[in-house]
Amino acid sequence: MRNSSTSSRLLAATALVAALGLTVAGCSSSSDSGKSSGGKSSSSSGSLAGTTITYWASNQGTSLDNDKQVLTPELNKFTQQTGIKVKLEVIGWADLLNRILAATTSGEGPDVLNIGNTWSASLQATGALMPWDDAAFTKIGGKSRWAPASIAAAGAAGQDPAAVPLYSMAYGLYYNKKMFADAGIANPPKTWDELVADGKKLTKNGHYGLAVEGGNGSENIHHAFVLAKQRGSDWFDSSGKATFTTPANVAAVKQYVDFVGANGIAAKGDAEYAQNQTITDFATGKAAMMMWQSAATSIKAHGMTPDQYGVVPVPTQTANPTGDAAVTSMVAGINLAVFKNTKHQDAAVQLVKFLTSTPEQKILNGTYGSLPPVTEAQSDPAFQTPDLKVLGQVLSTSAAPLPQVPNESQFETLVGTAVKNLFADAAAGKDVSTDTVKAELDKAQQQMPAS
Amino acid sequence: MPMLRTPEQASPMASPKSFIWTRRIVLTLLLLFVLTPVYVMLSSSLKSLQDVQGSFKWIPSSFSYHPYIDIWKTVPLAHYFLNSLIVSVSATVFSVAVAIFAAYGVSRYRFPGRRIFTVTVLSTQMFPGILFLLPLYLIFVNIGNNTGIHLQGSRLGLIITYLTFSLPFSIWMLVGYFDSIPRDLDEAAKVDGCGPFGALFRVVVPAAVPGIVAVCVYAFMTAWGEVLFASVMTNSSTRTLAVGLREYATQNDVYWNQVMAASLVVSVPVVAGFLLLQRYLVAGLTAGAVK
Amino acid sequence: MTATAPPRSAPEAGPSGGKSAGGGRLRLRVPTKLRQIGLPYLLLLPALALELLIHIVPMVFGIVISFKKLTLFYISHWNQAPWANFDNYHTAIKFNQPVGQALLHSFWVTCAFTVLSVGLSWLIGTAAAILMQDSFRGRALLRAIFLVPYALPVYAAVITWTFMFQQDTGLVNHVLHDQLHLTSNKPFWLIGDNSFWALLTVSVWKSWPFAFLALMAGLQNIPRELYEAAAMDGAGIWQQIRRITMPSLRPVNQVLVLVLFLWTFNDFNTPYVMFGQSAPKQADLISIHIYQSSFVTWNFGSGSAMSVLLLLFLLVVTAVYLLLTSRRRSDADA
Repeated sequence: MRNSSTSSRLLAATALVAALGLTVAGCSSSSDSGKSSGGKSSSSSGSLAGTTITYWASNQGTSLDNDKQVLTPELNKFTQQTGIKVKLEVIGWADLLNRILAATTSGEGPDVLNIGNTWSASLQATGALMPWDDAAFTKIGGKSRWAPASIAAAGAAGQDPAAVPLYSMAYGLYYNKKMFADAGIANPPKTWDELVADGKKLTKNGHYGLAVEGGNGSENIHHAFVLAKQRGSDWFDSSGKATFTTPANVAAVKQYVDFVGANGIAAKGDAEYAQNQTITDFATGKAAMMMWQSAATSIKAHGMTPDQYGVVPVPTQTANPTGDAAVTSMVAGINLAVFKNTKHQDAAVQLVKFLTSTPEQKILNGTYGSLPPVTEAQSDPAFQTPDLKVLGQVLSTSAAPLPQVPNESQFETLVGTAVKNLFADAAAGKDVSTDTVKAELDKAQQQMPAS
Repeated sequence: MPMLRTPEQASPMASPKSFIWTRRIVLTLLLLFVLTPVYVMLSSSLKSLQDVQGSFKWIPSSFSYHPYIDIWKTVPLAHYFLNSLIVSVSATVFSVAVAIFAAYGVSRYRFPGRRIFTVTVLSTQMFPGILFLLPLYLIFVNIGNNTGIHLQGSRLGLIITYLTFSLPFSIWMLVGYFDSIPRDLDEAAKVDGCGPFGALFRVVVPAAVPGIVAVCVYAFMTAWGEVLFASVMTNSSTRTLAVGLREYATQNDVYWNQVMAASLVVSVPVVAGFLLLQRYLVAGLTAGAVK
Repeated sequence: MTATAPPRSAPEAGPSGGKSAGGGRLRLRVPTKLRQIGLPYLLLLPALALELLIHIVPMVFGIVISFKKLTLFYISHWNQAPWANFDNYHTAIKFNQPVGQALLHSFWVTCAFTVLSVGLSWLIGTAAAILMQDSFRGRALLRAIFLVPYALPVYAAVITWTFMFQQDTGLVNHVLHDQLHLTSNKPFWLIGDNSFWALLTVSVWKSWPFAFLALMAGLQNIPRELYEAAAMDGAGIWQQIRRITMPSLRPVNQVLVLVLFLWTFNDFNTPYVMFGQSAPKQADLISIHIYQSSFVTWNFGSGSAMSVLLLLFLLVVTAVYLLLTSRRRSDADA
């Protein structure tokens, strides 16, 4: 008994010391993890060769691993050309914004990173990104290489862009050819009235004319934006103040919600869609139309072949409109930014130059099924497939950037949620009138921060 | 009437019919409640992507084992699994070790500051994670800059964070379990010549094994399932499963079948671990702690 | 409660002294008296140090932020963010304004949700633990199965539930509407009024196994003599549960209910996976609400202010709870 009690005392003391020594243990084990991330500050300025920079890429391919496989050979080419090594990390969309936020606050981040282009103005306001003035643009071939619409979605108007467009996308109206033929509809709709009329013909026996992603705030915003723009209305005035409740904005939201409500051309169940069920419904023939951006690969993944559907621009209020009334899509896409705190700005700019060079633009956008914002690359045969040709046309002629204001994320959250709530009302059979829409939008507007 | 307690001894006549019937009905309902989602997961994991979101049928019309092959390619699942395992096990071991000492102190000693300690520790559990995620991140970065200890983005940082997540309740629950162990037992041990640590490890800990196991499971699961901190504090080489699973969802495509398959695959070892721990959960006082 | 146990000075186990290594030597050098006083503090030290680093210091930091105007314009140089004094708090508690109104609404939803979820989880957990105290065939397997919801990754489990709750294609409506014909229409579960109940179901499903686990462990420490004595007195099984099992579980229950309460109140994962960044009004839990006000919109001043208010509320609730339950406990002991 005595002996064993001593040994257990010993054990206890050791355990306590071990527990106390946790921090000490921490030191030794951290040295391995230090090795893996410590390469960043290795070289000083001068020749760029031998520099290592970190690149945060967003998820564009079919998986994070797929992205790695696509980007690694390209980045190797870059290393061969310049001697600059690139440490690549592909970050999923669920984490990207929070990671950027953490990097922004701590000042410890990547050298080059991808951002969703709707975040441009918000991130610009933090001052965490390197502004692209004319001198910087000259280093990568000049601003004129890019489609103007894509540049407009890279930061607030009147300021130097916070990022450089990398991949572009646009919305189109996807329609099921067979369902249209069966319903005796010869051509896809050009105006909303036609769309509703066609939708009513297509809605029968558990099939619907249209599918919308009613539970997804961002999708709601994108469509409300276009429908308002077609009425010549914006969501912010020139001073950046929210103008959610203008009659045109109210009408735009009501028109969108009515697809489920008054018109009944979309299933009531669409009100809860937030996980891309829209694509599923379209690909499986439950819905004959959908408005989506660059959906080709997803549709294929759900078992529908490219010859079974067609893509046309999203309808407008009247036939043959001009100016704002002709807008059929937001400018969707990914921008490439340089982190302001980078110790390797020149190397970072070199990487931007490489990724936005015409050959790389062709390769990358071709692989990802997106459109190159660099005009020179657009003529490549890869972008002349029937659907991409239409979307490219939309992007260059009838796409407008979402409001580039610092409070864009509040806008997206508040109005996106308001529309979601209205969809829920419509699905529950409640009447969604102009007044109810206005009340919801008013509530959203009042929650917007003053500045 | 014999006692209810020990499983081996309970005889059929111990429980009246009403009790047995209540047990049958309640446990069957619970079983249905618990297993229905598991069944849905299983059947979804055996479908091809275009069937996953189709109308629900109890018996799927077709099966595909491909999701179980694809899961390893879409996401570095094995790597994330290993990260999760390292982080969760380390956090559990340290958390429970630290908690045992603290709980012993609180349960068996009266000293100035005892109340303040328990209240302080417990109150940390009330902090909404969102309140201190960003400050903690900044502190980790600063520690890294000043001392070279990389906590941010490393497994170590995550281990320390998670271990404190479970610590307050581990301490509290253990105090509860320790309190329910008669003091005479460790007093007797001390009289026998064991010091306080001897009493702790020879008497209190063995007697509290079920409680400790429960706390271990709690600490492990706290670390295993945490999403918010892991999403900010890990990078691609240290990412844990809880966040890594979300990578089956890409911008336009969500591989639901693979999400389900992967979740089931990674849960099998955990459930197996539970099964192995079973006998410790029912050991308790009878297991011969007192000699 | 048993009288405080003064640390008895164990008679030194003399002969073993020579055999022991570092630990033993340390013991001998420190005077016995000092060791006795210092011992409890030494026991608590690791826990305290860790809590200080990970919780308390960052939390003080968080409280400071709540008085700052830390919007996206300042986060990259947050130490220069201007003081907002009580502005963030003012905005949060102006309950006649939309921001305050939404916060208050979310607070009530969370309270109702928490009370129901904790109550149900505890009830189911207790029932299962007591019913399974007795041995029967398949008990071990059943016990492991009951812990499955706890073991499944939250993301996948909650996603599965959203599948089941889908209006058109989900299992729930398939059973309720197609098979049992209980409803005339397929109800919505993920939007509108029912979303609250859907969230509650998932929450209970996820957290009752923990109650079960804790209580099952607690049951093991009830001395069997108590049951024997009660049986001798002629108490039936239900009476034994009421008179012995439940009172004996009180220390475990005191902590368990509090754990579940705080846990559920602050739960972020479940609503986030289920509803994304914006939950339906009826299920707008406060954690999501604060996440929206801080992380989504990058306004950490206001998010922190809301968190501090939440913290104060939880502190008050916990203090009252502990006061009440501890008094009951000492009453019971007296």
